[in-house]
Amino acid sequence: MIGLGQYLTVAAVLFTLGVFGIFLNRKNVIIILMSIELVLLAVNINLVAFSAFLGDLVGQIFALLVLTVAAAEAAIGLAILVVFFRNRGSIAVEDINMMKG
Amino acid sequence: MILQPIFFYLFSAVTIAAALMVISSRNPVHSVLFLILAFFNSAGLFVLLGAEFIAMILVVVYVGAVAVLFLFVVMMLDVDFVELRQGFLQYLPIGALIGIILLVELVAVLGGTIIAPEVAQQVAQPIPPLAEASNIAAIGELLYTKYIFFFQTAGLVLLVAMIGAIVLTLRHKEGVKRQDIGAQVGRTREAAVELVKVKSGQGI
Repeated sequence: MIGLGQYLTVAAVLFTLGVFGIFLNRKNVIIILMSIELVLLAVNINLVAFSAFLGDLVGQIFALLVLTVAAAEAAIGLAILVVFFRNRGSIAVEDINMMKG
Repeated sequence: MILQPIFFYLFSAVTIAAALMVISSRNPVHSVLFLILAFFNSAGLFVLLGAEFIAMILVVVYVGAVAVLFLFVVMMLDVDFVELRQGFLQYLPIGALIGIILLVELVAVLGGTIIAPEVAQQVAQPIPPLAEASNIAAIGELLYTKYIFFFQTAGLVLLVAMIGAIVLTLRHKEGVKRQDIGAQVGRTREAAVELVKVKSGQGI
């Protein structure tokens, strides 16, 4: 029988792959944004799994809000990426040092 | 009930394999396509959990909007992706180390989770039995009553994101004639019409 632990393990693996992807593709912003989407997907799996196994509907409501924020974040991130590419002709993360932060 | 474990392991295996391909694929277009595969299979996981509405929203929002947006940007930007992959393996050891530590910690904490019996009794909003209300009806009844402010805040977040994306990427080209309604309405008879007395046989 599939329990809560199995779902949480899948979500943990997915979360780790997302974090690993951020480290692995240090130069490519598009892949980094996709890795962030994977991390948020893992969070959603956690929320829905707890919601199903505790019998609490609020987890699914919260997953819906996380989904909304993820969509907004992707739109803004890609818009910034397009503007940056227009100005600099490159999307390498190492070139993003104009503000010397 | 052998079917549920089979589908669980199928969906989770494909999700994890697709996620692995997203971060290691050579071509970003393939990455986006594998991301779509991962989303579809996690929607399958949500269906197994009984959250059909979230599953369908995941397909519509992620596959229909976010992944297509990614695909659009990847194809629109003329980026030399081979150059971006140089030094790809440079960060592999440190990334793998951090990833393995994180995974071991998460699995040790979450994989062995046993819900204390008193937690299950403090449920904020119990899921009604399927005979009374479907998943969508139950979510709707909760979302439009108790969590209406959260719902409207989510809409506001989307509105701000939309305006922000438009403001960021909108570009006015020089030399394109546009309608100027103020100038159009502000035209008077004196500015527009000129009466010239022309003598016959001479022209202007």
